[in-house]
Amino acid sequence: MNKHEWLQRIYDQHIAYEKREKRIVRFFQTIIVIAFFSLWEIASRFHWIDPLLFSSPSSIWHLFITKVRDHTLFSHTTITLTETVLGFIVGTIAGICFAALLWWFPRVSKIVDPYLVILNAMPKVALGPILIVALGPNMTSIVAMGAIISIIITTIVVYTSFKEVDANYIKVLQTFGATKRQWFTEAILPASFPTMISTLKVNVGLSWVGVIVGEFLVSKQGLGYMIIYGFQVFNFTLVLLSLLMIALLSSIMYQLVSWFEKKLIKRA
Amino acid sequence: MPILTIDQVMHAYVTNQSAVLALNHLSLTVERGEFLSFLGPSGCGKTTLLSIIAGLIEPTKGRVLIEGKEAKTMRQTIGYMLQHDYLFPWKTIEQNVTIGLKLTGKYSEKTRKQTLALLHQIGLRDVDDRYPYELSGGMRQRAALVRTLATDPKILLLDEPFSALDYQTKLKLEDLVWETLKQYRKTALLVTHDIGEAIAMSDRIVLFTAKPGKIKRVVSVPDSLKACTPFQARQHPDFSPIFQMIWKELESIEQT
Repeated sequence: MNKHEWLQRIYDQHIAYEKREKRIVRFFQTIIVIAFFSLWEIASRFHWIDPLLFSSPSSIWHLFITKVRDHTLFSHTTITLTETVLGFIVGTIAGICFAALLWWFPRVSKIVDPYLVILNAMPKVALGPILIVALGPNMTSIVAMGAIISIIITTIVVYTSFKEVDANYIKVLQTFGATKRQWFTEAILPASFPTMISTLKVNVGLSWVGVIVGEFLVSKQGLGYMIIYGFQVFNFTLVLLSLLMIALLSSIMYQLVSWFEKKLIKRA
Repeated sequence: MPILTIDQVMHAYVTNQSAVLALNHLSLTVERGEFLSFLGPSGCGKTTLLSIIAGLIEPTKGRVLIEGKEAKTMRQTIGYMLQHDYLFPWKTIEQNVTIGLKLTGKYSEKTRKQTLALLHQIGLRDVDDRYPYELSGGMRQRAALVRTLATDPKILLLDEPFSALDYQTKLKLEDLVWETLKQYRKTALLVTHDIGEAIAMSDRIVLFTAKPGKIKRVVSVPDSLKACTPFQARQHPDFSPIFQMIWKELESIEQT
């Protein structure tokens, strides 16, 4: 056997091992899902758990079919999704813009520093009632909730990453006579992309919190409304259906951000 | 006219604790095509001096003239190379080496081709579309050299550009940089801690004292060594005596 064949064999073994490992992981992940839902169903049927409180996968499924047929699930889901995506985009972009502003005007950043700390420490959902009174009990105030919850933390995290960019990159640009604007576009901004992506990932979750709480308060439409309605009429099948929808949609949003990350950051 | 005149430069760093004198009454003239090395203990303000020459900071007192004009108006004639390559990791090698052209408004198909040709000439082939992380330390520093040379500066400031490399790479790069600078008749100022490197590469060596930074002495390298490439110079019989002399000089600086 020559060297080439020998290397090829070692490589094949490695690939085979990796494949096997992946299959095993996938297998157990599937088992967990199946076991979870089966156990839930069985426990509910045999009244090990109270079916009124915990419902069961089959009744959630039936409700799902009904709600799909009468188109209500689709409209509620679309509303919530729109609000969340808008809140997420507004919150993230505004946060990044504020961070850029603080970087551009260091004195402003020194002045507002204590206020940022206070705003960050404050639970933003507590502002909900004020927002609803100010903006009206409609989609605008819910989007504002989704945005406001992520805006301060985005500002702080992104601004910190702007400041931490190695000053020598700026020095390189300075030696070519670059303007402050060019420092920002050529070094500060691209160097902070990884941090921005990780804030995006955090913001996906935060926007959902803001929007659901907003819908709790406004109580007109959306998945948050379905939860609060189900709670009030003691229909926990409805509550759990909404929860499952939220879990599904937020994971999809998270996956989209991961995909975006791969597109944006080309280096290893 | 000398290409660079440093005239009675003083510089102080101000912190919340105190104001510290970094450079004290520094005067020096450099002729076109000369290669100077700055040697001295750390804290002698060598990097500060380079930043002043590059027009990045203004001296507290005194003047720096490049071809008779104020340094800060002559930024375009200066190329600066740092200890690490500081290639932008999100740009390809081509984008990295042409960034100076773009920022100075000299970017055109012609200058782009010239820059890429220089990249190939110093041994970086088929890396135009690669990213810096795919290159070795020596290759990256070579790309950084091309980036610096791309805008065709008259004076090159080299701030310990070889100190982060392994010994073999360092020797090879010394030769490469030396030959490239001689070929294009560039003036160069090299900051280094390595006495051997200073002797092997330069025409004159400026010895600094520390705290505050001041010129102790300027040593001229013998013509026999100047004619050799850095690698040959290190083997030359004249190398050792001048090394000993500078060594003793630096010892005496550190003791005072």
